[in-house]
Amino acid sequence: MSDVKKFLYVNRKPPHGTIYALESLEVVLIGAAFEQDVALAFLDDGVFQLVKGWNTEELGSKNFQPAYTALGDYDIQKVYVEKESLEERGLSEDDLLEMTYEDEDDDWAEKSSIRIVSREEMAQIMRDSDVILSF
Amino acid sequence: MGMLHTVNKSPYSCNTLQSCLSHASEGDVVLLIEDGVYAALKGGAAAEMLSSAQGVRICALSADVKARGLDGRLIDGVEVVDYGGFVDLVEQTDKTQAWL
Repeated sequence: MSDVKKFLYVNRKPPHGTIYALESLEVVLIGAAFEQDVALAFLDDGVFQLVKGWNTEELGSKNFQPAYTALGDYDIQKVYVEKESLEERGLSEDDLLEMTYEDEDDDWAEKSSIRIVSREEMAQIMRDSDVILSF
Repeated sequence: MGMLHTVNKSPYSCNTLQSCLSHASEGDVVLLIEDGVYAALKGGAAAEMLSSAQGVRICALSADVKARGLDGRLIDGVEVVDYGGFVDLVEQTDKTQAWL
């Protein structure tokens, strides 16, 4: 289809302090229903959204972390995480959630959606996108 | 008795913690709440700011630490307190300044 656009959702905020992270997830899920080429970017404090092991019981708010791991079921296959942002915060890929999708071109093999990219690569990903939505 | 300072912003997107620490005096308590707890994450650039704070007691609110997946991942010297502990700190200090 010729009218498929490349959408990039840019996430730069931590998960709980504001509503941005949750709103981003909602919009991503809505957007996924329109069969566009969707990619997610996590940089700056946005990388905190993917740090595994949330326990929101004491805080008394909803734990929406499982929604991230379900994104693969909505055919979201590209989750770019900026390496420099992780490193500044003392984080590595091991600290992140597992996010996977099933690759239809490879006998539905389960593959990781997370791609650690450099700041320079992230800039290029932004340049290559048709539409950028920021959260 | 000292003052209680609360910091609720991420040190990576805001200079709130930096400003708080440069105004805090010996005997004061800094309580990290909400996104402020990210400052105490082991290995992060902001953790160095906390370790170099002299004579200031650093605490972090447990509900906010756990919600962000940071349980057991904070630098040494940071005391994790629950909501009751927050109230105790307010009681033990002369006044509270919320660094927003």
